Amino acid sequence: MPNAVKHVLFILVPLIAVFAVLPGVYQNHLLLFNFVTFLILAQGVNIIYGFTGYLPFGYVGFFGAGAYGFAVLVMHYQSPALVAVLAAGLVGVLLGLLLTPLLRLSGAYFAIANLAASLAVLHLVANPALEGITKGPYGVSLTGTFNPSHAYYAALAVLALTVGGVVFLKNSSFGLALQAVREDAVSASMAGVNVVKMRIAAWLASALVAGLAGGIYAWYVSVFYPDNVFSGDFSIFAIVFALFGGVATISGPIIGVLILYGVYNLIGFTTPQYFQLIYGLLIMGLVLFLPAGLVSLATRRGWHVP
Amino acid sequence: MSPETKPILSVRKLVKRFGGFVALDGLTFHAAPGEVLGLVGPNGSGKTTAINVISGLYAPDGGEVVFDDVSIGGTASHKLVHRGINRTFQVPKPFMSLTVRENVRVALAYGHIGGTPPALDALLDEYRLAAVADRPAADLNSAQQKMLDLVRALATRPRLLLLDELAAGLNPAELDWIAGRIKQLAAGGMSIIVVEHLMGFIEHITDRVIVLNAGREIFEGKLAAAVQEPQVIEVFLGGEHAA
Ligand SMILES: Nc1ncnc2c1ncn2[C@@H]1O[C@H](COP(=O)(O)OP(=O)(O)OP(=O)(O)O)[C@@H](O)[C@H]1O
Ligand SMILES: [Mg+2]
Repeated sequence: MPNAVKHVLFILVPLIAVFAVLPGVYQNHLLLFNFVTFLILAQGVNIIYGFTGYLPFGYVGFFGAGAYGFAVLVMHYQSPALVAVLAAGLVGVLLGLLLTPLLRLSGAYFAIANLAASLAVLHLVANPALEGITKGPYGVSLTGTFNPSHAYYAALAVLALTVGGVVFLKNSSFGLALQAVREDAVSASMAGVNVVKMRIAAWLASALVAGLAGGIYAWYVSVFYPDNVFSGDFSIFAIVFALFGGVATISGPIIGVLILYGVYNLIGFTTPQYFQLIYGLLIMGLVLFLPAGLVSLATRRGWHVP
Repeated sequence: MSPETKPILSVRKLVKRFGGFVALDGLTFHAAPGEVLGLVGPNGSGKTTAINVISGLYAPDGGEVVFDDVSIGGTASHKLVHRGINRTFQVPKPFMSLTVRENVRVALAYGHIGGTPPALDALLDEYRLAAVADRPAADLNSAQQKMLDLVRALATRPRLLLLDELAAGLNPAELDWIAGRIKQLAAGGMSIIVVEHLMGFIEHITDRVIVLNAGREIFEGKLAAAVQEPQVIEVFLGGEHAA
């Protein structure tokens, strides 16, 4: 059996199946939705960071832009929710295109410039002068499309698409070439790889994923403010989850979200007073002892982790 | 090389500056198919810079690089690779976290347009990397990493191959072995430019040498004749790498 088929059968299908069944047996649907959203975002970070090495500190910019893309279509054009979600993905891609010059930067410079760009988009959207289009800082209310259960299944579809994309990267020459670019751009070009094109492709793919997730988030919550959908927590969480599990793998970011976001909610419910402390210590421990993520526990022993 | 063979590469009055420093100062030479051409000169004379410009890493600041009758100066590296130019690096540059096999697979998949790619396992075997094929490149020693650079280059089926100090650090037995490989590649029609400080090695494998000093050629011909030239002797005099 080819590896790609194995990865689909043993990772993608079970993941989607479990999250498709869970709403029937577990009451806290918002929590399930948040899990799915973070699974998408963590895999989106995986695509751009794991496979190309660019750390997107402002990743939420695409998410927020997608949420507002959704809102604008619903408010001003009475679009059906699914059309507005696709538009949200398109908005993510367009913002990604606009930001392609950032890819000339590397390391911390890229991370900081990307963070600044996401703040710029937030302030543009929240500008009172744009009240006629985005409702500025006053937030939007999209009661017409409100349908959390449809939104949840749309999120699952996007998760399937995203994990499918990562399975492709993990099993194709395209994904291998991306990793080659991450390792050494000069050598990659001597292997015949068009470095600029590859970086842009990965960047736009991760922007698309976050834009779609943002659109679906807007659909699900239906009432939100700029600060909600542009919250830096989305970027930080998605990055921490992906790194905790281990990037450039299919399973790493999934494990990262399930464990860390699970712990996050567990501590939050049971002992909220220690929450920040325990969570902070956990993350510090990770950075100090497992810089390559949980999956490196296995890869260090020579086991292959998909 | 027969004198009537048409050059595959002509470098004419090539200039490359770094800030105010002139690294290549009107460099002119040519290379023919099937020929092994040595590029020698003291440290800092511009050998690596010449390779970097020919392989598209830097755009020239003057003069031209003509490959297959087309001026290619300033063309992106990956396009030159597709045209048939490749190289190794003085300090080897494999994809460290990828396995040896994956390193080569990138070049096999992206390195050439049309035609059948060479067989991966045969290549690894030929360059003594079969035993480490599934290890990350970071685990290899420096000589093995140089071979991996070479195999990656060969996977793209180059017609012009630029070798930047490939032999440095090899033991005498390995030197003999790699010399044989290089000659065999040239016998198949490949044009090979060899940058090397080991004069014995250069003597053994090259048909012709270009001696570089301060970014321009000061001699062109057989190495045996070069070492008779007063100007060449002066450049190398007291130099650690004098023959
Ligand atoms: N990217 C660069 N920026 C600034 N200066 C450079 C750069 N590359 C090379 N140089 C300078 O150009 C000159 C020629 O360097 P080059 O590496 O081509 O020499 P070389 O002949 O390959 O020497 P060696 O035998 O030591 O490898 C040196 O003085 C070097 O410092
Ligand atoms: Mg050099």
